[in-house]
Amino acid sequence: MNAGGTSTEDDDRIAGPEPFRRAVALLGERVPPGPFRPPFWRSPVRGPWLTAVFGSVLLVGVTVVFLTGLLSWAAYNPGLPGNDPTGGTGWLAAHVFGWPTRPVWLFRLNEGVHVTLGLVLIPVLLGKLWSVLPKLFTWPPVSSPAQALERLSLLLLVGGALFEFVTGVLNVQYWYVFPGSFYVLHFWGAWVFMSAFVLHVGTKFGRMRSSLRSRRLRDELRTPTAATVPEPRDPDGLVSPEPDRASLSRRGVLGLVGGGALVMLVSTVGQSIGGPLRATALLAPRGQEPGSGPNGFQINRTAASAGIDEQATGAGWRLELRGDGAPVLLSRADLLGLPQHTAGLPIACVEGWSTGNQTWTGVRLRDLAALAGLPDPSSVLVESLEQGGAFAAARLRGNQVADGDSLLALQVNGAELSLDHGWPARVIVPANPGVHNTKWVARMTFEA
Amino acid sequence: MDRFRRLYGASPLHLAGLLASFAVAAYAAWWLLGSRPVAVLVWLVGAALLHDLVLAPLYLALDRAGSGRGARPWWWGHVRFPAAFALLLLLVWAPEITRRSEDTYRAATGLDQSVYLGRWLAVTGALFALSAVALLARVVRRRPARTAGADDGPGQLRPPPS
Repeated sequence: MNAGGTSTEDDDRIAGPEPFRRAVALLGERVPPGPFRPPFWRSPVRGPWLTAVFGSVLLVGVTVVFLTGLLSWAAYNPGLPGNDPTGGTGWLAAHVFGWPTRPVWLFRLNEGVHVTLGLVLIPVLLGKLWSVLPKLFTWPPVSSPAQALERLSLLLLVGGALFEFVTGVLNVQYWYVFPGSFYVLHFWGAWVFMSAFVLHVGTKFGRMRSSLRSRRLRDELRTPTAATVPEPRDPDGLVSPEPDRASLSRRGVLGLVGGGALVMLVSTVGQSIGGPLRATALLAPRGQEPGSGPNGFQINRTAASAGIDEQATGAGWRLELRGDGAPVLLSRADLLGLPQHTAGLPIACVEGWSTGNQTWTGVRLRDLAALAGLPDPSSVLVESLEQGGAFAAARLRGNQVADGDSLLALQVNGAELSLDHGWPARVIVPANPGVHNTKWVARMTFEA
Repeated sequence: MDRFRRLYGASPLHLAGLLASFAVAAYAAWWLLGSRPVAVLVWLVGAALLHDLVLAPLYLALDRAGSGRGARPWWWGHVRFPAAFALLLLLVWAPEITRRSEDTYRAATGLDQSVYLGRWLAVTGALFALSAVALLARVVRRRPARTAGADDGPGQLRPPPS
């Protein structure tokens, strides 16, 4: 959209029906005190160039976070019945491509980027919002229908952005205080945010580009505080008319925001890389190791919290296979008697944390499909012993069943599965979201 | 066209873009608001209001505290930077640092949140310590400069390469 150049001059111009214009002009003569008066804003570094720098970082960063978020949704195979956690994407979900199983770290990388980059962008978002704060107190508050609509859109932009960051940050810390399902809120909130984001980029891109060209980054990085002078006054009123003496250079502001981003990165990324680096994720929710030994890797949902006890998973446990013909019941000994396959696969969660490859051993899903009489199913419904949890059941697509590394795992890293990792048997599929690797499996229904 | 501009304040393209954007937002909002429209709306609009009218004034006031019109001691950055980083970490990780979600955290991970307050304090301490070391390095480097007559006065000191 090319509205950037034209709207620049229009923003402050009064437009509308004659009575409206008169009212606006009258209002404009009575400026309330405080932040509504430009001299209130005293920062000598606030200005279009700095705003454009933050804006360009967010333009790239938010786009990547949005796309990885969409891919994350696709990874749930939302087109399969019962799988879409966002509700109501019906017509859209039906057209989503089947999520691949290769490379095995696909979901791990996607989620790690989505969550880590999201966290890293927080200081940039705060910097951006700080840089345009005077615009919130523009007076008169409304000067034309165009400007009024744009301000409404900005409410969706800022509200949507903060809503997305806040729900994401709360969700990875398991503080479920938001009003509803995280998936629903975060998914649809993203569309509200992005609808305003695309428009904002469309209307401001031209100004961002010209502002970026107004100064050279290389020169700014060489300018100390003492030599820092305000940018020339701009039509948006970002530059203060009565600036303080600089206590921080533009380089310092970039250092503050960039340093904040670096602090977020360093204190988080270890939870997605795993191994010895996990210990560096000091404040990330998955910076601690739950234990040591073969079953000592990250747990998603403990057996105790899922209501799984020793009795249900004891000697009386049977796996029920359904497909074409009568159901097949298999004990754990029966499963161990089938051909065993070993695969190195990660556990990766939508919350962004993941583990390195664990060595899983068990029966191939496609072998179980054959046993059920449907060697080439289009999908399989996997149900857990767990009652009532949001992911007590999940559907996998035919390509996931067909992958030779997709297992009903019985062992991990050379030891029996622990109860927390899904004893007596759990699904593990390459590149699959963690919650779709159903634990404590009770029944598998293969579908033609 | 001129009449449209006079009444609307921008080009028809501007209006078309806005309406398209609102249409997508409205569709998404319909699903977003779901069964608890008031609560979700409070979160959506409240997030913007909370930032713009509470959080931002708070950090502006905090940053301005004790300063006249911008006069700052030359070492001010060595307080401002570590303080800002520590507050950022607190802002993001407050739920686990203050153990707001202990039960759900334990249910999900099998771990508890008791470590986070100590870790945050340790990181905060480390950030200030690092900043103090950098300050010390500046002071040491400043001495020879001063004897050579190159001192450019308080507030005009060359910051360390960052």
